[in-house]
Amino acid sequence: MTEQAGITIMIRSRLGYFFKEGMASIFSHGFMSFASIIIIMSCLIIMGSFSLLALNMHHIIRTLEKQNQIAVFIDDELSLEEAKALESKVRSTANVANVYFISRDEAMDSFLKQYDDNKLFKDLTSDVFRHRYLVSLEEIELMEQTRDSLIDIEGVAKVRVHLEISRGFVALRNVVSAVSAVLVILLFVVSVFIMSNTIKLTTFHRREEIAIMRMVGATSSFIRWPFVFEGVIMGLMGALLAFLGQWLLYYLASIRMDASTTLSFITLIESGKIVIPMLASFLSVGLLVGVGGSVFAIKNYLKL
Amino acid sequence: MISMTNVYKSYENGTKAIRGINMHIDDGEFAFLVGPSGSGKSTILKLITGEIFSTEGTVIINGFDMNKIKPSDLPKLRRTLGVIFQDFRLIEKKNVYENVAFAMRVVGATNKEIRKRVSYVLELVGLDTKTRRKPHELSGGEQQRVAIARALVNNPRCIIADEPTGNIDPARSLEIMTLLEKINELGTTVLVVTHEKELVNQFSKRVIAIKGGRLISDGTGGYYDYD
Repeated sequence: MTEQAGITIMIRSRLGYFFKEGMASIFSHGFMSFASIIIIMSCLIIMGSFSLLALNMHHIIRTLEKQNQIAVFIDDELSLEEAKALESKVRSTANVANVYFISRDEAMDSFLKQYDDNKLFKDLTSDVFRHRYLVSLEEIELMEQTRDSLIDIEGVAKVRVHLEISRGFVALRNVVSAVSAVLVILLFVVSVFIMSNTIKLTTFHRREEIAIMRMVGATSSFIRWPFVFEGVIMGLMGALLAFLGQWLLYYLASIRMDASTTLSFITLIESGKIVIPMLASFLSVGLLVGVGGSVFAIKNYLKL
Repeated sequence: MISMTNVYKSYENGTKAIRGINMHIDDGEFAFLVGPSGSGKSTILKLITGEIFSTEGTVIINGFDMNKIKPSDLPKLRRTLGVIFQDFRLIEKKNVYENVAFAMRVVGATNKEIRKRVSYVLELVGLDTKTRRKPHELSGGEQQRVAIARALVNNPRCIIADEPTGNIDPARSLEIMTLLEKINELGTTVLVVTHEKELVNQFSKRVIAIKGGRLISDGTGGYYDYD
């Protein structure tokens, strides 16, 4: 047997041992392990829910940015050609993403289409309408500044914006993001603490074994690994359960949103688009909680 | 080889456990370390195994200078020692074979090496027919034999036995001591800490006596008069 093959066999044998010991420990403290997994799952679901809320707020605001256009009305005295000539100035304004010109004739047609059968407007002429630009923005937060810049353009008579909506959404998004960040950090610490306590219980039950291991010359890492495996297995189990729960919740929320007529302006991110990042995030957090908790728990048993 | 030169050990509470001990045990020797309770025997054992370090003086164990040893080298030192305790310290949920194999597994031995070596040491201590028994299914003497097998399995240079017969009857005590003598004849250094006068006197071995943290006598034969 080559030296390389020998090392490979040893590593496999050790990994098998660590895994076996980790699993055995989980089952020997079945109730505590189960409780830890459930608590980690719950923490992850709460963390996930707030993260998804923040993510969807971003998504909704992005959608609104695309939909929520500013109407830039051109001075009555400007001809069609003069109004069209302003496009370059409008387009070059900071934060302007897209510009669409509507002549007063087109504006009237669009208006009349809304009242097809209304005879009141039969004598309406296009003179009462203004040439206009529909402007979509890069960032909704800068709507007010963009409005001020557009109104300064010579030939622009009026700019119509829905500042209240944009301000409301931005404020809501900021609050949700801040609350989510605080909760995610807090729940992460709680999860690590709970994991650490569960593994501390295991290490307490196995303190004699740990003392024997030290006495026969086991290295600190060899003593630590079975506990890390135990933490990782529990963390990943909690993460997987949380992912399934979160997925179901999100799916149900999406169905409700789609069915709702009052909330029709809210479009959630498609569940298919976030499944992989969500699974990866949950597993990463579960892994971190497992490793962090076990390392904290075993620290005191590794002195000398 | 165990070498202590002018060793002092004081604890943080001010207790002076060891006061100027000079002791040298060569490779292949058999020695008893005797003394009354509180004489400093346990402190000497902890100094040997690297659980504590001396306040003054030089301690050299199997080539490791304990004043300079790095924490990462402590496992290497301990692999050269086999420690046996009065209370056996076996893992209750593991059987005889697993208890012994465990000591090899934690130092990274392969399954093949473990199978070969564990069978050999269990035969040496006379437990080859009880490999599947759990510790609670064995007598005190048998449990101590398992502990001896575990101490021996990694082929240490030195066996340190801390009151190995303290929990077993006199007949079994003699068997255990005879077994340790046999292990010594195979080339392993043996240091037995005990306060059992009759037992020590049945063997014509070196006896190191300490009292109040000081070495009071060091000679060969059934010598035991620290009182």
